[in-house]
Amino acid sequence: MRTLLLQALVSGLLMGGVYSLMAVGLTLIFGVMKVVNFAHGDMMMLGMAVSYWLFTLAGIDPYLSIPVSIFLLFSLGFLIQRVLINPILHAPEHMQILMTLGVSLVLVNSALLFWGPNVRSVTTRYSLQTLWIGEIVLDLPRLVAFLFALLFTFLLHVLLRKTELGKAIRASADNPEAALLMGIEVHRIYPISFGIGAACVGAAGSLIIPFYDFTPHVGLPFTIVAFTIIIFGGMGSLLGALIGGLLVGVAESVGAILLSSALKSVVSITLLVLVLLFKPKGLFGK
Amino acid sequence: MGYLLTGLGSVVLIALPLFVGSYFVTILISILYYAYLSGCWNILGGYAGQLSLGHAAFFGIGAYTSSLLFMKWQISPWLSMWVGALLAMCFGLFMGSLSFRFGLRGFYFVLVTWAFAELLRLITLSLDVLGGPTGIFISYKTSPWQFQFSSKVPYYYIILGLVALELFISYKIEGSKLGFYLKAIRENELAAEGSGVPTTRYKLMAVVISAFLTALGGTFYAQYLRYMDPETTMGVSLSVEIMIRAMVGGSGTLIGPFVGSFILTPLSELSRTYFTKGGLEGLPLIIYGSVLILIVLFLPQGVGTWMMEKLAGYRNKS
Repeated sequence: MRTLLLQALVSGLLMGGVYSLMAVGLTLIFGVMKVVNFAHGDMMMLGMAVSYWLFTLAGIDPYLSIPVSIFLLFSLGFLIQRVLINPILHAPEHMQILMTLGVSLVLVNSALLFWGPNVRSVTTRYSLQTLWIGEIVLDLPRLVAFLFALLFTFLLHVLLRKTELGKAIRASADNPEAALLMGIEVHRIYPISFGIGAACVGAAGSLIIPFYDFTPHVGLPFTIVAFTIIIFGGMGSLLGALIGGLLVGVAESVGAILLSSALKSVVSITLLVLVLLFKPKGLFGK
Repeated sequence: MGYLLTGLGSVVLIALPLFVGSYFVTILISILYYAYLSGCWNILGGYAGQLSLGHAAFFGIGAYTSSLLFMKWQISPWLSMWVGALLAMCFGLFMGSLSFRFGLRGFYFVLVTWAFAELLRLITLSLDVLGGPTGIFISYKTSPWQFQFSSKVPYYYIILGLVALELFISYKIEGSKLGFYLKAIRENELAAEGSGVPTTRYKLMAVVISAFLTALGGTFYAQYLRYMDPETTMGVSLSVEIMIRAMVGGSGTLIGPFVGSFILTPLSELSRTYFTKGGLEGLPLIIYGSVLILIVLFLPQGVGTWMMEKLAGYRNKS
């Protein structure tokens, strides 16, 4: 039993790394623009699609196609923000929800229209390789995804803390009026931030395609997980998204062992409710 | 002018089944059924401004309660639907008091309503005594006393009656103290509190009314389709569908949910028909999503509100 739990802990951590990357993208979008992005998981789905098609049609390894999905999803996110969301930034919350819901529907069903509903998977040479540490087995693709995810999160952290762009983004998130007064073109920063958030989640998609099957509808559960995580971790907090992602990954994994696979979300949802009630700012929230 | 349209509309709706075929009636039942549910949602989400993404929970409680009482103890759904409504009301009270006591608003409230509904769905999924993942089938009795009919037409009139009930209740709320307080809460809750409005109590009232009515819709659904499972009755997609019809039509208005359903429901029904054709799968939902996007960009006040503004404009001109 102990080994089982330990195994669940490790697997949960690995998956949690990917969750973190998704959440980091969302916390950027939500933290900077206060937009509830229902289409977040669907953008990940598109990232998966990019890697899937590059692999199937051109034999390009999913990890090598990460730059492509980053670029494409950044552009998509940039456009979506610029064309659809900028106009409604000051609209009531429910209108933003409606908008991103619409975007989600269009994305999912375009994928459905062009690629059909079938489940698609990518199997590479290393898809089934494992690594043993003592009694614990690590899936190689999951391990790689975990490491890459941490790397990207770190890179994003550096971007936000050490670069001019990063400072501009943080300023726009903290206080848009003050940022404008300081000469920051906030309405240019927003599409960039959304693009970066989308790029994060696109990269996450490329990272999981070696071990996670692709269907057009794969996005919604991930969107929900991402929201759970940013509430846990505190919105706008990168560290919170990272820790939150790992926590949720572990909670789900342990939940699947203790309860059942179908009920694995019960643990994370209950934690979410508790956090909402008692510490809505999250663990690291501002 | 408004009364004339309402009167005309009512007559048309009442007489319709006599003139149109069964397929049309089925579509109309779908439209009215969603109009009813979003109307119920509207009481909490529109008038009170507390967006709920968990209304499927109330719906599911209604559907499951009446069905289980019927299948296990042969209690007529006409009776058990009130039990379901009461249970939904309690669930709503529980969720509401917890959330409001801890000051959850806006996006946080949305999340907590989703969380509660999702937990309920997962619990129902895992308990075989509640049907588990396979759901519940209601045995076919075609007895009106058991709320079953062989033709679609009686169902049409029942749902029409429910819609009328919901419209009446909403109308009454609009003009009452409850309505004014809810509006104040929606516009600026802190200011309302400062003005002495007992916000928690009135928000709970909205939750209770909304939950009660939604659950009745659940029983209707159960008796109409005679099948339910946790995903379709308590899932987040249902909550979303309920919510967006009110928003598209204009939340916080009387006709909003009605108009919203008339626009969106045919679109999603079309998608279900196309689903079997293959080839163009997904296209109607792409249109559906685009409609949502366009409405937000160009008619954020909602289609129904826009229509009323147009009508008011014409009246002012003459």
